[in-house]
Amino acid sequence: MTAEPTSPLAGWTDRLAALAPALIVAERPYRSQLTVRVSDPDAVAAMGSALGVAFPPVPCTFSAGSGPFGDVEVLWLGPDEFLVVAPPGLQTEIEEVLRGALGSHRGSVVDTSAQRTTVVLEGPHVRDVLAHGCSVDLHPSSAPTGTCVQTLLARTGIVLQVTGADTFTVLVRSSFAEYLAAWLSDACVEYGVAS
Amino acid sequence: MQLIPCPWCGPREEAEFHYGGQAHVAYPEDPSALTDEEWAQYVFFRENPSGPFAERWSHSAGCRRWFNAVRDTRTHDLLAVYRAGEPMPEVTS
Amino acid sequence: MTFRKPTGGEIDRHTLLRFTFNGVEYTGHPGDTLASALLANGVHEIGSSVKLGRPRGIVAAGSEDPTSLVQIEAPFPEPMLLATTVELYDGLVARGLAGQGRLAPEPDPARYDAKHEHCDVLVVGAGPAGLVAALTAARSGARVVLLDEQNQAGGALLGVDEYLDDRPSAEWVGDIVAELRTTPGVLVLERTTAFGMYQDGFVLALQKRTDHLGFAAPAGVARQRVWRIRTKQTVLATGAHERPVVFADNDRPGIMLASSARTFLHRYGVLPGSRAVVFTTNDSAYCAAIDLAESGVDIALIADARPDAPARLATECAARGIEVRAGQVVTGTEGPGRVTAVSIGDTRIECDTLLVSGGWNPVVSLFSQARGKLRYDTELGAFVPGEELDTVRAAGSATGELDLNACARQGREAGSAAAAAAGFTPGGQVPLPVSDSRCTSRSGLVVWRVPGADDASFVDLQRDSTVADVLRATGAGLRSLEHIKRYTTIGTAHDQGKTSGMIAAGIVAEALGVELAEQRPTTFRPPYTSVSFAALAGRDRGELHDPVRVTAIHPWHVANGALFEDVGQWKRPWYYPKPGEDLHTAVLRECRATRESVGMMDGSTLGKIDVQGRDAGRFLDMLYTNMMSTLKVGRIRYGVMCGVDGMVIDDGTVIRVGEERYLVTTTTGNAAKILDWMEEWLQTEWPHLDVHCASVTEHWATIPLVGPRSRDVLAAVAPDLDVSNEAFEFMTWHDTHVAGVPARVCRISFSGELAYEINVTAWYGLAVWEALMAAGEKYGITPYGTETMHVLRAEKGYPIIGQETDATVTPQDLGMSWAVSKKKPDFIGKRSFARVENNRTDRKQLVGLLPVDPTVLLPEGSQIVETDRLPEPPVRMLGHVTSSYPSAALGRTFALALVRSGHERIGETLYVPYEDSLVPVTVTDSVLYDKEGARRDG
Ligand SMILES: [Zn+2]
Repeated sequence: MTAEPTSPLAGWTDRLAALAPALIVAERPYRSQLTVRVSDPDAVAAMGSALGVAFPPVPCTFSAGSGPFGDVEVLWLGPDEFLVVAPPGLQTEIEEVLRGALGSHRGSVVDTSAQRTTVVLEGPHVRDVLAHGCSVDLHPSSAPTGTCVQTLLARTGIVLQVTGADTFTVLVRSSFAEYLAAWLSDACVEYGVAS
Repeated sequence: MQLIPCPWCGPREEAEFHYGGQAHVAYPEDPSALTDEEWAQYVFFRENPSGPFAERWSHSAGCRRWFNAVRDTRTHDLLAVYRAGEPMPEVTS
Repeated sequence: MTFRKPTGGEIDRHTLLRFTFNGVEYTGHPGDTLASALLANGVHEIGSSVKLGRPRGIVAAGSEDPTSLVQIEAPFPEPMLLATTVELYDGLVARGLAGQGRLAPEPDPARYDAKHEHCDVLVVGAGPAGLVAALTAARSGARVVLLDEQNQAGGALLGVDEYLDDRPSAEWVGDIVAELRTTPGVLVLERTTAFGMYQDGFVLALQKRTDHLGFAAPAGVARQRVWRIRTKQTVLATGAHERPVVFADNDRPGIMLASSARTFLHRYGVLPGSRAVVFTTNDSAYCAAIDLAESGVDIALIADARPDAPARLATECAARGIEVRAGQVVTGTEGPGRVTAVSIGDTRIECDTLLVSGGWNPVVSLFSQARGKLRYDTELGAFVPGEELDTVRAAGSATGELDLNACARQGREAGSAAAAAAGFTPGGQVPLPVSDSRCTSRSGLVVWRVPGADDASFVDLQRDSTVADVLRATGAGLRSLEHIKRYTTIGTAHDQGKTSGMIAAGIVAEALGVELAEQRPTTFRPPYTSVSFAALAGRDRGELHDPVRVTAIHPWHVANGALFEDVGQWKRPWYYPKPGEDLHTAVLRECRATRESVGMMDGSTLGKIDVQGRDAGRFLDMLYTNMMSTLKVGRIRYGVMCGVDGMVIDDGTVIRVGEERYLVTTTTGNAAKILDWMEEWLQTEWPHLDVHCASVTEHWATIPLVGPRSRDVLAAVAPDLDVSNEAFEFMTWHDTHVAGVPARVCRISFSGELAYEINVTAWYGLAVWEALMAAGEKYGITPYGTETMHVLRAEKGYPIIGQETDATVTPQDLGMSWAVSKKKPDFIGKRSFARVENNRTDRKQLVGLLPVDPTVLLPEGSQIVETDRLPEPPVRMLGHVTSSYPSAALGRTFALALVRSGHERIGETLYVPYEDSLVPVTVTDSVLYDKEGARRDG
């Protein structure tokens, strides 16, 4: 008897897919996510080399790369706070590796994989749709690829990554995921999606 | 919608922030050594100036860091922001 | 008879639009407003005034109009619109209003939204100054937003037939708009009114996107949009409004601002009437008179209040047979409704139209909202921007300048300065146009009113406020314009005094014998024009009004018929009614099943915070009233948190996960608040502590499994776990597998029963819940909601933070002195416990109440009094009922209450108002069920 997982937006797969081509939206469930608190530069460097991805040195950015855990992103969340994001199923291993890298330095590593779910957005209207609810300037000159901001989208907090010319990744608290999906669906009506 | 310059994230809309009242009101070293009146001063009494006022703010919807800001209470203009633990800068209002 | 000219204007005469006004069918054309279409049909009477019921017409051609209020009935009821700003569409049904309309009782089917926009330079107003400003900024490479309330650019040029550089002005406008539209980074918005200007370059603007399409408006497109614009620099090219002069009976339909009549002529091809008198204090009305005369209107007379008429214009009038009388003013009007005659001193002139010009008011609302200081311009008789702000510049007639070339020059300078201030270097210079206009002089005579019948001389036509009202205010001793505005209500109607405010200020200054330059103008406040609540709400309505937070197990609750309770933003199952059950019967069933066999609930909403670091124990010792550092790994302790004032702010369990790691739970509603509270102390007071907190509320799904058979159910799904009482003690936890999934099981109880709390990664919450349901089937496992949880805990006297407490309740008041450490030297709130106030014996304390009649269910919130009859007021209240339920376990009703000196009153009889009587209740200990605690071990 082994229970099967259900992701926060499992019930929204078809409805999100129906927003194309106005907006190409999909949940990327079950990613490994670890909240890391660390400030010591040696520990930061050690964690980066353990993952094969240097931690982002600049606020409101993220770094990405490949290493022993595959494609890994490290998101800046605060002056001593990062979110390590990796493919599904690796959270326990990564937690152990990061704890090792932290050593006796001040800090913490917490598995928060199910705390947020991930929604990837792309398409020519993606900035328009986000601008209906996000007060941060997402013009490429202000928010180039590599930007990672924590802000509000409509009435929910999000972590927003600019991952490409017209591609964004939104991390949202799991309990708010359906609100986000409903809001995105409504915002897409303006761009030709049936309400 | 005012912009508040988070010392880490830069200017963001005030809706992303929480207000934390007067800054530089330290938790007393030894509360048990205080009289009721001294303790009440710490718990209940705060300044309410007309003009520059050092306040605590938290970028609650962003990086969740507490920081300090000097706000002119007459205009709401933020005259300076500085990180927790730093001394209040000189301001001209 | 039609007043539509055969040619001219921006209307499509080949297309007929049918519309109905006040029950009569008319036709108009695309390009018309409701006002221009009515005037073309000879309709001047729109509605009546709000207080006096006097007929009201159309005074102006745009949003400054004080009188043409209409209610739209179809396609969808909408009140309080101006006929001058409603674009005509086929099938429109409207009627005139007597000052107020009605909102539709049915839901508005239209969509509304908001959009954030960021720019370097915002230009408000697409008249000559705004167009040149926007193009100048755009050519520098800046991100530019240009917005205008009209359906096309041009501003004042739309209402005249001027030639710029020897070609029609529309061509000049069209060229600039075309270049703007093809310049990257430029956004041009029509039908968009900047209605508020706030700090840090924040401007709100309302765009009416599909209103003009009427029945043809596409359903998927937001009808109106609130633009939330954040700009570095702003150019206000908001233009100027013509103002009238006040005289006796100045409110009749047919009395119109001269420039507005000119606009109706040139923009819509509509004549205001057949025979007009013109009353002016300045040059601009001459142009209106000449243009109208050339279009066939009989201009009976121009009365110019100035001692000398302008020579060149007078000559031009003479050449057209228009009589000009200098030094003359209109002293009264006649007419059954619409004006039929005008008096100028002893002279009576029959006419159907009276055109008035008292000068120009620059539109300075946004400048004033941006905290720009205003200055009184004595020559103009108006307030103008009195300074240049770092980020806001005015240009064009908004500054009081009326010459087109000069306005455009100001626009170019402002656009260039704004772009430079935003960090851009100038691009190609925009050439300045030269106009062939006759009327460019700004000098006039400042005349506020013509003496006459004060109580029929209207200052604010919409508010029915007269000169007499103003004089009553000053006579009553009011001096400040702000006070007089409120006393007379002048300037408080939909038009916000666009045409009346300046005149009111002038009349006040005259009455008080003070200089206007010394007067402070009234504060301009948003919104500049009316904005509907629907537009402000945008898409934040219906299911998107506020986020609905759901747990991982939510789909099961929905599928199994749960009714939900809102707890903050969470939807929590309230109870699960079976067919035919109401709340009462369902909850009794759920309680009984749980106490007698096994029940379970979704507790995932509980706040959960991971606390790590060498100083984690020390930190929690400061936050909780009891000692947490002594908790052994593997064990759990209940804890209470207080504010520095010693009042309870939250409670929950603390799990010691490791030597340097704890997991604490908070109440559902306080999860974010308590994490913030922890961060606040760590970041601002104790940064030296090696502690880090992280929210894991949504990482875990939490399922309390409760009741005497809970052990059997757990054993069935957790084969690796020794569930015996010896191996798995109360207030301990174990990591194991439940339904094959890694799980942390805590043995805690909020019901007094044997109970376990199963925590799994949220992705597995639904599957584990279903596995527990299946495993518990043979015991009749019963899902229960928040109501049953509340009853079960209340029977045990466990308080709920926020229900039994209200930020004035201490742990001692709750009977929880056992949870307050006496050993710790300090913790938050400790010092307050020693305050005199905290030690009063008559504090309100938590007790149980048993109604003497065991069927009486006391309403929560009921007051509690000492005697069975109410004494004379004031009646001393002893406290109030905080929780009240019928209990299956007790076989009766019971309540919890906060009562003065409650702990000393146990055994006493007190009284509670219930329906029409005072019912007796017995005060008891708050623990009513299983006082010995025998049941929690199963
Ligand atoms: Zn921040």
